[in-house]
Amino acid sequence: MNMKVDLCGVTLKNPVMTASGTFGAGEEYSEFVDLNKLGAVVTKGVANVPWEGNPTPRVAEVYGGMLNAIGLQNPGIDLFIERDIPFLKQYDTKIIVNVCGHTTEEYVEVVKRLAEQPVDMLEINISCPNVKEGGIAFGQNPKLVEDITREIKKYAAQPVIMKLSPNVTDITEMARAAEAGGADAVSLINTLTGMKIDINRRKFVLANKTGGMSGPAVHPVAVRMVYQTAQAVRIPIIGMGGIMNAEDAIEMILAGASAVSVGTANFTNPKVTEEIVEGIAAYMEKYHVNDIKELVGAVV
Amino acid sequence: MRQNVSTGVFVEGLKVERLRKKMQTKFEEMVSIIRQEEIADDIYSMWLGAEQIAAYAKAGQFVSVYSNDGSRLLPRPISICEIDREKNAIRLVYRIAGKGTAEFSGMRAGMQLKVVGPLGNGFTKRDKKAFLIGGGIGIPPMLQLAKELDCEKQMVLGYRDELFLTDEFEAFGKVYLATEDGSAGTKGNVLDAIRENGLTADVIYACGPAPMLRALKEYAQENGIECWISMEERMACGIGACLACVCKSKNKDAHSNVNNKRICKEGPVFLAEEVEF
Repeated sequence: MNMKVDLCGVTLKNPVMTASGTFGAGEEYSEFVDLNKLGAVVTKGVANVPWEGNPTPRVAEVYGGMLNAIGLQNPGIDLFIERDIPFLKQYDTKIIVNVCGHTTEEYVEVVKRLAEQPVDMLEINISCPNVKEGGIAFGQNPKLVEDITREIKKYAAQPVIMKLSPNVTDITEMARAAEAGGADAVSLINTLTGMKIDINRRKFVLANKTGGMSGPAVHPVAVRMVYQTAQAVRIPIIGMGGIMNAEDAIEMILAGASAVSVGTANFTNPKVTEEIVEGIAAYMEKYHVNDIKELVGAVV
Repeated sequence: MRQNVSTGVFVEGLKVERLRKKMQTKFEEMVSIIRQEEIADDIYSMWLGAEQIAAYAKAGQFVSVYSNDGSRLLPRPISICEIDREKNAIRLVYRIAGKGTAEFSGMRAGMQLKVVGPLGNGFTKRDKKAFLIGGGIGIPPMLQLAKELDCEKQMVLGYRDELFLTDEFEAFGKVYLATEDGSAGTKGNVLDAIRENGLTADVIYACGPAPMLRALKEYAQENGIECWISMEERMACGIGACLACVCKSKNKDAHSNVNNKRICKEGPVFLAEEVEF
C-alpha cells in the first residue's frame, strides 16, 4: 500500500499535513504527535519582521466551528530561521513555510531569505481575512493573484503553493490566476469571514469584530471548492477546511485534493493528525486501494 | 559528527536526542468523575481521577477540559483547585459560563471527560510572608497554593455575595473576607479588606478579575512588594501553538519576539510588573 504523495517534485510520506496557524512550528504539538509520522508540517505564517497581531479576544467558539482573528502574530524571519527551521529539521517530515506580508516586497523578502534554507515548499498566504493590508487583499482579485504569484516565483527556490480565500465569488478564477502566474500548487480553503455578537453585553466577541471561521461546519463548503478547483486547474490542490477525521480527509482527496491540511481539529484533539494518517491507511486497506493516487479526484 | 572524548558520546547526536526526547509534561487522559457538587449558585466542584496529571500538576496550573459534544470544538481552560497525589485526583471548581461548562455541570460520578494537562507554569513559591488573594472564580486555584505554601500566609478572598470554599481555606491559615454587598467581612473589595485589617505582606499571589489584578499590581508597586498574578484569556489550543491567548508584556518576549506573552504557556502566572493589561 503506497501512501506517498508527489507534490510538485517533493515526496511526502503521506498526504496529511498541518494547516498553517494551528500548529505553530510544531514544537508545542510534538509533545502529543510524532512529527515523523506526518507528510509535512506547514508552519504559522512568517513575515520579514516580527508582527504583534491583533488585540484580544482573538478567538471565539461558534456552533460546529470557531472564529479566529490572531492577525498573523509571528516572530519574523530571522528568529524563524534561527529557531524554528532547526527544530523541524530534527524530524523526518517535510517543511512547508507559510509566508505572509503587507506588500509584494515584504513577501519577496521572506521568499528570498528562505531560498537558501532547508525547507521543502513555500505556501503564500494571500487569504488571511484578519489583517488590513496584504493577506486577503491580494487574494480577492485575480489580476493581483497572478501578479504576486509571478513575482514570488522569480525568487523562490522551492515550489510555491498559493493559499486561496473562500471569500470570493468564484474561487476557480483565483486558482486559474495563480496557475497562470506560475504557481506550483494551490491550497484551499482559508477561513470564511464571520462575526459573533455577545447578546448580553451587545458587543462583538472578537476585538477585531470579524474573524475567520473554521471547523467542521465549513467542511462541505471546502469540499465543494476543492472539487470545483480540481475541474479548473492542472496543478495539484492541497485541500483543507474543517477536516476533523480520516473520513473528512478522504472526502477531500476524492474531491480532488492531492494532500490535505488539518487545522482546527488539532485544538479538539491534539493527536488528530497522526490518527488521520492511520485512518486513511485503514480505509485504503478496507477498499483495497494500492496507491493513494487512485483516490485523488476519484469521485464520480 | 565529533566524538566527545570525556563522555564518549557523539556531541551533535546527543544534542538532537536531548531536544527530541524532551520529557513529557503534558498528558491527554480520559478521566472519570469521582464526584461533583454545586457549592454555590452556578459554581461546581468536580473531582477527577487523573493519574498522570495529578502526578505532575503544580499549584496555579490549569487543565483543558473537552466537551463530549462534537459541536463544541475548543477545550475549556479550568484552573486546578486541588491536587490529591495519593488518590491520583485533581479538583476543579468552576462557574457555569456557557454551554461547555453547563455540560460539565450536568455530569455525574462515573462519567468520563477528556482532559489535557497540566498546562501553564503555576505559581513560583517564595518563603516570605504572603498574601494569597482570590477574587470570585479566581479563588479556587489559591486553595492548592494555600496547602503547599509553608510560610506565614494571609488569605484574602473577595466575593460578590455568596461565599464558597471559605471553610476550606481556614484550614490553612487566617482568612479575611470582602463582599461587594457587605454580607460577610469587609464591604468592598480585597484591597479594602487588606486596609481595613491593617494587613501587610512581602509577596502577593493572586487570581481574579482584571480590575482586581490591576489594583493589586498598583498596590504592590506602591509598597515595593513582589506580586504574582494569574491571568486569563480566551484560548484555543491551550498549549502555546495558536497564539490566541496572549497578553501584552513590558519587554519583548523571547518566544514571540514581540511584546506578547502566551497566557497558556509563559503564564498563566506572571510577575505583575512584566505584563500590561
